[in-house]
Amino acid sequence: MKVVLQNLTKIFPSRDKKSGQEVIAVNDFNFEIPDGKLVGLLGPSGCGKSTTLYMICGLQKPSGGKIFFGEDDVTELSTENRGIGLVFQNYALYPHMTVKQNIMFPLQNLKGKDKLTKEEMFDRTLNAAKLVQIDELLDRKPSELSGGQQQRVAIARALVKMPRVLLLDEPLSNLDARLRLQTREEIRRIQRETGITTVFVTHDQEEAMSISDIIVVMKLGVVQQIGAPQSVYDDPKNLFVAKFLGTPPINVLEGKVSGGKIYIGDEAVLEVTNVDDQDIYIGIRPEGIEPNENGVLTCNLSSVEVMGRDSSVISTHPASLNPIVRAIINSDIRIDTSAQTIKYNIKPHKFFIFNKETEERIYYEVK
Amino acid sequence: MVENKQQWKAWLYLSPAIFLLLVFTVWPIINTLRMAFLNGYGNMAAIGGATFEFGIDNFLKVIEYKQFLQCLQNTAILCVATVPISTILALLIAVALNSIKPLQKTLQTIFFLPYVTNSIAIGMVFAAMFNIVGLKQGSNIADTWGIINNVIQFFGGEPINWINAGSSYVANMAVMVVYIVWNALPFKILILLGGLQSINKQYYDAAKVDGTPKGRVLTRITVPLLSPMLAYVIITGFIGGFKEYSSIIGIFGDKMGPADAAGRLNTMVGFVYDALARDRQGRASAAALILFAIILVVTLFNNKVIKKHVHY
Repeated sequence: MKVVLQNLTKIFPSRDKKSGQEVIAVNDFNFEIPDGKLVGLLGPSGCGKSTTLYMICGLQKPSGGKIFFGEDDVTELSTENRGIGLVFQNYALYPHMTVKQNIMFPLQNLKGKDKLTKEEMFDRTLNAAKLVQIDELLDRKPSELSGGQQQRVAIARALVKMPRVLLLDEPLSNLDARLRLQTREEIRRIQRETGITTVFVTHDQEEAMSISDIIVVMKLGVVQQIGAPQSVYDDPKNLFVAKFLGTPPINVLEGKVSGGKIYIGDEAVLEVTNVDDQDIYIGIRPEGIEPNENGVLTCNLSSVEVMGRDSSVISTHPASLNPIVRAIINSDIRIDTSAQTIKYNIKPHKFFIFNKETEERIYYEVK
Repeated sequence: MVENKQQWKAWLYLSPAIFLLLVFTVWPIINTLRMAFLNGYGNMAAIGGATFEFGIDNFLKVIEYKQFLQCLQNTAILCVATVPISTILALLIAVALNSIKPLQKTLQTIFFLPYVTNSIAIGMVFAAMFNIVGLKQGSNIADTWGIINNVIQFFGGEPINWINAGSSYVANMAVMVVYIVWNALPFKILILLGGLQSINKQYYDAAKVDGTPKGRVLTRITVPLLSPMLAYVIITGFIGGFKEYSSIIGIFGDKMGPADAAGRLNTMVGFVYDALARDRQGRASAAALILFAIILVVTLFNNKVIKKHVHY
């Protein structure tokens, strides 16, 4: 089931009557989620990602625009008639019911021709439980489960009525770091096995990048970029997206274009064509700079962090907007830490420049 | 040494409270036990120099006393009828109150008003509302005076003699049930509303996503999640019910019944007071202990039943 969002907009009326400032939580969102894909809505808090999810699920009404499931316009349809499964951030498992009762609950609500017999209900409950590997725990209460197990129960409850679309609100935020890794693989597996179009919300870019087919980066209600995780990472449309994706984060420096050369401070680091002279922001991925005696960029060396496979070279530069300039290099490369400065060479495909006012990407060609 | 000194200080600070508790709580309890087990004990007689033997005569007297069985029956009926009715009504009102946004605070205040109103005054108002069918003062025209009978007549029904001379026991009890339920509502609504507001909204969102009908949301989600509060209002409701007394006074006056059947609506507490008024402290104490035992047993039973159904 593909999901189409058409000019989707959500405006919250102002809470403070005096200022009369309304909040545009989601602004003109256009997107077609292909059938059977796992989509991550990604952005910092307050970017409208959860609002978008709740509009898809129907718990919030859009102020404008339309939502289609396949060919059906579901914009005016109430939540229960949309055929969605929703996993809440805090799971919202009914504390007084056992795991079995929790999973079975949505089935017991079915009416008319969809009504199931007790055996059918139990079969589907068991199947859903098996899918998320909690069939051993059916008689436990939620309070007797770990966070990860509760998460699985919540997913089973969302899947048991075979929804057209599965929605997950911050599915991993309540889990500890280790469980998070495990669970995100689990979500990926369940999604693959069921083939249900799935949308999830997260503020953790690593989480979104690692399991999504498509990520949607949002900021202040506006979609910044949509694409496969790697392509968004490799080809950010603006400074916000470049900064938001990637751990460790991208190095951002001030610079300028002058006479076909990109300058950081007094050093010309790259010769380019078809870019007008202007002040710019420069984003360089940590893996986009490598130490080289004849390098073009000179930084003040601070320290080297060894992480096993890689090393992180920490240095500073007066034009840097971040406190440090970080380079990730193969740990086989030895750095003389007694030196005051270090010179880097630049990999142009990891080197992005942005307009200083609009922060939009400026595309250049290397001379 | 330091520790000893501090202990001494602690006892010093506690002493006013302990003194008051000993005098006004512990001693009366002990004295009740003592009086209950002294055959035929009465304060006046004791002052007069009479001595009393130890025994269970007081208890036997209480149980043999016909009036006592009537009191027990009245109390039990009132409890069994009013606690479920008021709890269910309070639950429905609380759920309704919780689901509306405008006027919620105003309605909350209105529903809470009976709680801060004097119960004797309320009783007098109820007595007026349920008043007799009879002759209008100074004329020979038959008419009704109470608004309830007026309403019944308006809809073409026969007026009922609710509380006046010649009224039936059933009618009397019906009035008492209505009055006690109405009186008990505000406290229960307040407790349940507080409980409702502390239930996580996500449970309801989850139920909505699953298309749960309203009735099922109430019985399968709201009531179980509210069960600790429900248990509390039920247990305190029964305890309050067994101590029912002033509500009867409020409607029927200290005769505890219609003019032609005084004492018909008397309760356990009323029985204790009556015994006290007749200088039968021994009998009153025995009756009080019996009442205590009944409340204890009922509460233990309640606890046991509730434990199975309450989810903390």
